[in-house]
Amino acid sequence: MDAITTKELTKYYGKTRGIERLNLSVAEGEFFGFIGPNGAGKSTTIRSLLGLIVPTSGEAKIFGKNIRTEKEAVLAECGYLPSEALFYPGMRVKDAVRLSADLRRKDCGAEAAALCERLKLDPARKIDELSFGNRKKVGIVCALQAKPRLLILDEPTGGLDPLIQHEFFEILRERNEEGATVFLSSHVLSEIRRYCRRAAVIRGGSLIACDSVEALSRTNARRVALRGQLELDGLDGLRDVKETEGGVSFLYSGEMKPLLERLAVGEISDLNVTEPDLEEIFLHYYTGNEISSDVRKEEA
Amino acid sequence: MTIVRHELRQGRTAFWIWTGAIAALLGICIFLFPEMKGEMDTVSDMFASMGAFTAAFGMDKLNFGTLTGYYAIECGNVLGLGGAFYAALCAVDVLAKEERLHTADLLFTHPVSRVRVMTEKLISVFLRLTALSVIIYLVSVGSMLAIGEDVPWKVVNLLHLAYFLLQLEIAGICFGISAFLKRGSVGVGLGVAFLLYFMNLIANITKSAEFLKYFTPFAFCDGAAIVTDGKLDAGILAAGLALGALGIAAAYLSYPKKDLT
Repeated sequence: MDAITTKELTKYYGKTRGIERLNLSVAEGEFFGFIGPNGAGKSTTIRSLLGLIVPTSGEAKIFGKNIRTEKEAVLAECGYLPSEALFYPGMRVKDAVRLSADLRRKDCGAEAAALCERLKLDPARKIDELSFGNRKKVGIVCALQAKPRLLILDEPTGGLDPLIQHEFFEILRERNEEGATVFLSSHVLSEIRRYCRRAAVIRGGSLIACDSVEALSRTNARRVALRGQLELDGLDGLRDVKETEGGVSFLYSGEMKPLLERLAVGEISDLNVTEPDLEEIFLHYYTGNEISSDVRKEEA
Repeated sequence: MTIVRHELRQGRTAFWIWTGAIAALLGICIFLFPEMKGEMDTVSDMFASMGAFTAAFGMDKLNFGTLTGYYAIECGNVLGLGGAFYAALCAVDVLAKEERLHTADLLFTHPVSRVRVMTEKLISVFLRLTALSVIIYLVSVGSMLAIGEDVPWKVVNLLHLAYFLLQLEIAGICFGISAFLKRGSVGVGLGVAFLLYFMNLIANITKSAEFLKYFTPFAFCDGAAIVTDGKLDAGILAAGLALGALGIAAAYLSYPKKDLT
């Protein structure tokens, strides 16, 4: 069964586009990444999945249940961590955690205590006095304590120190092994690469790629760095051209022959051709520039 | 009733401040009565010669020299305005605060329907207004007994009932407004309470604006009319409660479909 299914999901805020005809499918048990630049529609998608906003058209289902008609049943299966975890004034950590458990009509005391212990969070502290990262920990405990089948996490590691980030992902990995589905919206591409098996890329409100992280990362583009002088004008498949000390560096995804011909006549003292790193590959999704014919094939 | 408990806990400081302030002012007013009783003939004459404003505050029909008249005008204003402001502030922020504080993401992503959230929030407002009214009633009656006056039970009961219903009506209207707001709710709530208060003053001053009585709950709380008639004006009361119910209905119709951002 799919944990998340959206069909032609569309949301307009007045005349402003949020998301447009989004078709997404996340299988139960997946560790799924959701990436895209600011304003791409990630939050709109998540808010539609959780029933916080009403779609203009299309539908969203969680474990086969429609979020609009069976919202309570859907939300009983979901744990949500917003990008900015905010709570009511004057509350202590334990009050917020208990409120969340009470709203689920579950006794999550033991699990909450274990999570607080692992995340080094003092339940007696007042939330108003906590740092951004520690407030995020409170949000994590609230989202995870009831052991939901689906975890929807929006930029979950913002503000967390590296040790806590590691512990947090360790918890997520354990939950995922126990069968929980993890839907991770993140700008941190290394997190997506390290933990997610599949990912979707959203840009301009539309899904532009959805595949395994490995396939999304595959490319025939190369990072070319050279010392010396090379005429680049008229060369197709160039992007991210940077002047370096005594040379130039660029990403190249065009035919090899024209590049080799230019290199042969250039005044070059040193040359380095490497595969681009994941960040460079994913960046083209953010900027809209082409980089890889392989990726284009995957998208098709 | 998780949300009821949560709301009551969240609003307890404001509740005790408002209840304490209104009760203290009422108590002081009542404790001043024995001292002022002797001077009230002069005061009544003075108030009776203030033209339209005498009618606006109902001072043309009441004798300030009696506890009934004094309580209906002086204490009525304290209880009326204080209760109205508290009811407005309570209700106008009860839904809007979720977006203002950005806590909608926390509350509405739990398996609780929006209708249930609204109902529990409304119950919490009702409970707070009931508690405030009961405490203030007890303080008022206790103060009257403490100064050795006979309690005019019927007038006191009717006045306090009227002001409780006023609070409910204003809370209903403001609850409706709250469903459409994201921020700035406190200003709106105070504005509504002030507007309704001045609508009643205008309705009392000029005959041509008398129809305004059907749009403000202060009209059925008119101390002079309650003392004179020995009852609440059923027509104005029904119109007022209908307005409150309309506010609640508007909230229930719109809020479940609202985009929470």
